[in-house]
Amino acid sequence: MAGQVITITSGKGGVGKTTATANIGVALARRGQRVACVDADIGLRNLDVVMGLENRIVYDLVDVVEGNAKLRQALIKDKRLPELHLLPAAQTRLKSAVNEAQMQEVCGELKKEFDFVLVDSPAGIESGFKTSVAPADQVLLVVTPEVSSVRDADRVIGLIEAYEKPTPQLIINRLRPALIRRGDMLDTADVLEILAVELIGIVPEDERIISSTNKGQPVALEDHSESGAAFMRIAQRLMGEQVPFQMFAESPGWLERVSKFLRR
Amino acid sequence: MDVFERIFGRSSSSASVAKKRLQVILTQDRTDISLETLNVLKDEIVSAISRHIEIEAANVEVTISNDAEGYRLTANIPVVSTRTVRVRTAGARAPRRT
Ligand SMILES: Nc1ncnc2c1ncn2[C@@H]1O[C@H](COP(=O)(O)OP(=O)(O)OP(=O)(O)O)[C@@H](O)[C@H]1O
Ligand SMILES: [Mg+2]
Repeated sequence: MAGQVITITSGKGGVGKTTATANIGVALARRGQRVACVDADIGLRNLDVVMGLENRIVYDLVDVVEGNAKLRQALIKDKRLPELHLLPAAQTRLKSAVNEAQMQEVCGELKKEFDFVLVDSPAGIESGFKTSVAPADQVLLVVTPEVSSVRDADRVIGLIEAYEKPTPQLIINRLRPALIRRGDMLDTADVLEILAVELIGIVPEDERIISSTNKGQPVALEDHSESGAAFMRIAQRLMGEQVPFQMFAESPGWLERVSKFLRR
Repeated sequence: MDVFERIFGRSSSSASVAKKRLQVILTQDRTDISLETLNVLKDEIVSAISRHIEIEAANVEVTISNDAEGYRLTANIPVVSTRTVRVRTAGARAPRRT
């Protein structure tokens, strides 16, 4: 059976696409799925670094598209997880080095061998965005609970619909329960109500993401972080499992409000 | 947040301000209804209502927003006095809607 191509994108840049791609890839592979992560951020590649595979790059996506290398040669196999692979982006080329048809062809090939092909999309809504969304069977939209990120996400939902792709599913990233409790951050319900799309996961703000990125070891490789567990639940949902949503203080009870008041 | 908001809700918290702002921003992003159109609408609403009720014309707000139930055009119209302005076409009662 052919796999699915899932593009991870966002409106605003820097909201966690690459982090999500690496970790969902790891989580799926830990569940025994055959996974290829594709870095579509040509010229600003990062997925290799976040996954800790930067020293193993020989060929990249552009080499494959231009016929300088076979797909098989360019794919890097992750030694920690035998099912996990990376197709890196070229670092010294422009986004225009790969067009939509070429991206579709590469992903179409990968789909034959992998259960999941995860495409990490570049920031912005220019050609690189369109190229990375073109092969998608499903789109995951990363958003942080902030005004500008939500606004830009809304714009991207419109664009994805205009490309006749299925409505994206939302990953709310960098949620901070303490701020929500204080009334200083939009909560999950707010974001969902505003964007009116389906939720696939909530990832809390987690310092471990920074240290794990420093080391090139995605948090989802291990079990003991909240963010890693959140990415694992997203992977399970992608595999069709029903996993209850973890609420991160979204609806504080009255007692909590009152006790907070008493403490001051 | 003041005491009441802490206990009873978060109506003026920065999160709820963010939410309200987003609802207005996105409605403008999503529709082709410009601010100019809204201003024209406002003027016409003010003049229509002023013929019947005394209102604070300067403080009328007309906004478009949307939520789970769809788009909503809201006019916030402060009333000066609840005594109706005498209407020239008195006697012509609007037919009841069935
Ligand atoms: N849940 C989180 N908790 C803490 N830090 C996070 C979280 N998610 C992402 N980050 C941090 O945010 C920064 C941006 O993340 P990332 O590079 O994944 O974003 P991106 O959307 O891929 O950016 P770009 O648009 O530039 O490609 C990184 O430093 C990352 O470590
Ligand atoms: Mg990135």
